[in-house]
Amino acid sequence: MSQNGLLINYQFCTGCHTCEVACQMEHKLPVDQWGIKLAEIGPWQISEEKWQYEFVPIPTDQCDLCADRVAKGKKPTCVKHCQSLVMEYGPIEELAQKMAGKPKMVLFAPK
Amino acid sequence: MAEEIKNKNDEEFQRPDYFKESEEKITAGNLPWRWEEDGLTVTRTAAWAAPGCHDGCGALVYTDKNGRLVKVEGDEENPFYNGRLCIRCLALPEVEYHPDRLLYPMKRDKADRGKNKWQRISWDEAYDIIETKFNEYKQNFGPESVVFSLGTGRGTSAYMTRLCYSFGSPNYAYFQSGAACYVPRISASMTMMGTYTCPDCSQYFIDRYDNPKWKAPGVIFIWGNNPIISNADGNMGHWIVDCMKRGSKLVVVDPRLTWLAAKADLWLQLRPGTDAALAMAMNDYIIKEKLYDKEFVENFVYGFDEFAERVAQYPVERAAEITWVPQDKIIRAAKMMATKPVSVQWGLALDQTREAINGTLAVAALWCITGNLDIPGGMIPVHHPFNIQVWAPPDPQEMLPPEVCAKRIGGKEYPMYDYGGVVLTQPDLTVDAMLTGIPYEIKAHWIQSTNPIACTAQDAKDRMLAGFLNAEFNVVVDMFMTPTAMACAEIVLPVATFPERDGIREVYYYVQTTNKAMEPVGECKSDMQITYELGKRFNPEAWPGDTLTEFFSYTMKEMGMTFEEVRKENWVYPEYNYGKYLEGKQRPDGIPGFNTPTGKIELYSTLFEEWGMDPLPFFEEPDQSPVSTPEIMKEYPLVLTTGARRWSFFHSEHRQISRLRAIHPDPLVEIHPQTAKELGINEGDWCWIENTMNKVKMRAHLTLGISPKVVNCDHAWWYPERDPEKLYDVFEANVNLLVPATFGRSGFGANCKSLICKVYKA
Ligand code: SF4
Ligand code: SF4
Ligand code: SF4
Repeated sequence: MSQNGLLINYQFCTGCHTCEVACQMEHKLPVDQWGIKLAEIGPWQISEEKWQYEFVPIPTDQCDLCADRVAKGKKPTCVKHCQSLVMEYGPIEELAQKMAGKPKMVLFAPK
Repeated sequence: MAEEIKNKNDEEFQRPDYFKESEEKITAGNLPWRWEEDGLTVTRTAAWAAPGCHDGCGALVYTDKNGRLVKVEGDEENPFYNGRLCIRCLALPEVEYHPDRLLYPMKRDKADRGKNKWQRISWDEAYDIIETKFNEYKQNFGPESVVFSLGTGRGTSAYMTRLCYSFGSPNYAYFQSGAACYVPRISASMTMMGTYTCPDCSQYFIDRYDNPKWKAPGVIFIWGNNPIISNADGNMGHWIVDCMKRGSKLVVVDPRLTWLAAKADLWLQLRPGTDAALAMAMNDYIIKEKLYDKEFVENFVYGFDEFAERVAQYPVERAAEITWVPQDKIIRAAKMMATKPVSVQWGLALDQTREAINGTLAVAALWCITGNLDIPGGMIPVHHPFNIQVWAPPDPQEMLPPEVCAKRIGGKEYPMYDYGGVVLTQPDLTVDAMLTGIPYEIKAHWIQSTNPIACTAQDAKDRMLAGFLNAEFNVVVDMFMTPTAMACAEIVLPVATFPERDGIREVYYYVQTTNKAMEPVGECKSDMQITYELGKRFNPEAWPGDTLTEFFSYTMKEMGMTFEEVRKENWVYPEYNYGKYLEGKQRPDGIPGFNTPTGKIELYSTLFEEWGMDPLPFFEEPDQSPVSTPEIMKEYPLVLTTGARRWSFFHSEHRQISRLRAIHPDPLVEIHPQTAKELGINEGDWCWIENTMNKVKMRAHLTLGISPKVVNCDHAWWYPERDPEKLYDVFEANVNLLVPATFGRSGFGANCKSLICKVYKA
């Protein structure tokens, strides 16, 4: 059986915190625990007009890939609510294929 | 006088921005608005205040069999935002059952202002007290002695203004100096173009990005705002991201490196408050290099030659000195502007210079001379769909006799306030009247969904608070106790959240009903219900219909649908067509062109000329700046900009919501690491930010994303967790203590974003 994961196109992640809070609400987590947590990288200046400024959400040990929701045929709540629509859920083999040739993609296989 | 107040019908009265909608209505069709799912009831609804928000995303509210709110999810069917939500709607259950929510009407003796001494009363008693008091002032001092104020625009605007007019007062107030938020942009746009415009992110189409008529903007200018957080114009900032994915390039004009600026093809890091100079120089370059749309200018622009002469005073070299933006970047921006299709998402920074109107006019001129008006992917004219009265306030002239309208504070002095649907009083003259009794005394205030001493009002302590304390009787309508209510109210009325109420959502584009999903906590009532019940006491004729729902239908009368009918269709879009000005659909008389005196876009404003104002845009230095006050820059060496938005908060709201507060626990001052080092300040240090007026305390955040010469402060801070009798330490943290209450020649604009200061460790 194939394992599922989260594919994140962080080229367009704005750091809006929606995935974090959606997950906290769904899983009734306290304010200082997360099923997914943003990493902020930058800002620093690379060249005259180029900046490093990125956000990447990283699933934690408390991510269960929204097992209950998925069992009911719903999307994980972080995926559904992501304001930049940069998260995708599915079998990791399929998601891995989607990474090919794309910049700034990460694939997480929590559990 | 009550008997003089009438609702004039449509034949007698036409709003200046009135234009006919096509008959066609595009709806969601057969979707249910309520269903059961796993033992929970799901109600499809439109979010909107309360708590505050500009947008009204489609939301699904889940309630259990006891009628308790379980969760809020996005509505994937809804074309506005396709199931996405921001953290404020996601965290709504914490707002709903927050222990500090106001649950009952309360009263307090005037002698106890500032003390936490409240007494629970019934709604009837509250209404009786308010009715008696307000009518007493009306009899003795005239209805204009009662001022009705609201904060930022949202679902409540049209209701509380109607309450104001049904009482008989022309004084609908918004307390920010020079009404320096959105209203200047509206008023300038109406004067110049006869319409307001927004970037075309396909929001008029029910099938959105798939609509074959739509094109992604080639370039989107983000000018003076951070739309992914602030969502100006009822536009979702993440639509910009949607467009970026579809190929749109970005030019960002901002002193701060926002996420969008970091992703932009071009970032113009200008000196705060110099937008007008930058825009004039871009116009000048486009004109001199003949990059403008000659055909459009010839047929639809008035005063081009005079305008060209004026902007020639701002060649690129001069603008580079003024703005700190290198010449080559200004030229690249001008060249990108002179392409098609281009959209400009502009924002608050344009309103928040003292001569705000000028920057606005100069920026709007850019998309006009380049022919980017009402084309796919360009700037699209907006108005209220089907002319419904839901967000836009009713015009006072519809309900009040002319001699009462003429008493609106500032209407006579500032003709721009009397034109183009701006129905506010001039804020600074209003506070003057509160303090001095000139032109007449202000005896009482209705303060609904606004917290001016923490948020909007400049010189918040010495002017705004003093003004409220000068009144004899104040009513505050809100969800939580606020510094404003604690400081000055005799009565507070508790407001329901959007899942607890019916209503209508409309911020341009389409109409959707807000559907009640649960009973309100305590005895809360919706903003709409409160104004309807009290308004009926003042003047039942102003509130047609026997129920609130019937009244809702009345406000949508030009739609030809009732509230229940709209609810069944879920969302209703008017048909959208580009190039309306070519077919006479942009003017009430059906003649091609624009709804201005000349029928053209007026780069030279005939109205300004008539009103004795400069008919052409100009740039003026901020009152205190490295250029205008070099002598005091020794003591206050940093340029101060204020009002940055954060994901967690809507203005002064949400500070008590722990999940949202945890993301942004303290007010921040952003400082460049090099500057911080010179000042001996480390990340996280508490600092004083001080200028010639006052000082406030914030935590330092060091970032390379700001110029070493500039610091940036959060706005609207207070501490709900602290002592109410110290007004929650609002005067320790509210950055408006550093902002003078001064405004521009037009009556609009304030220098909130272009001040000077010093910063030192607290
Ligand atoms: S998949 Fe579910 S559990 Fe995992 S991070 Fe997303 S919301 Fe949290
Ligand atoms: S919701 Fe999406 S855009 Fe927002 S922080 Fe998470 S991944 Fe990024
Ligand atoms: S912008 Fe955020 S708070 Fe406003 S309606 Fe949308 S999700 Fe809710």
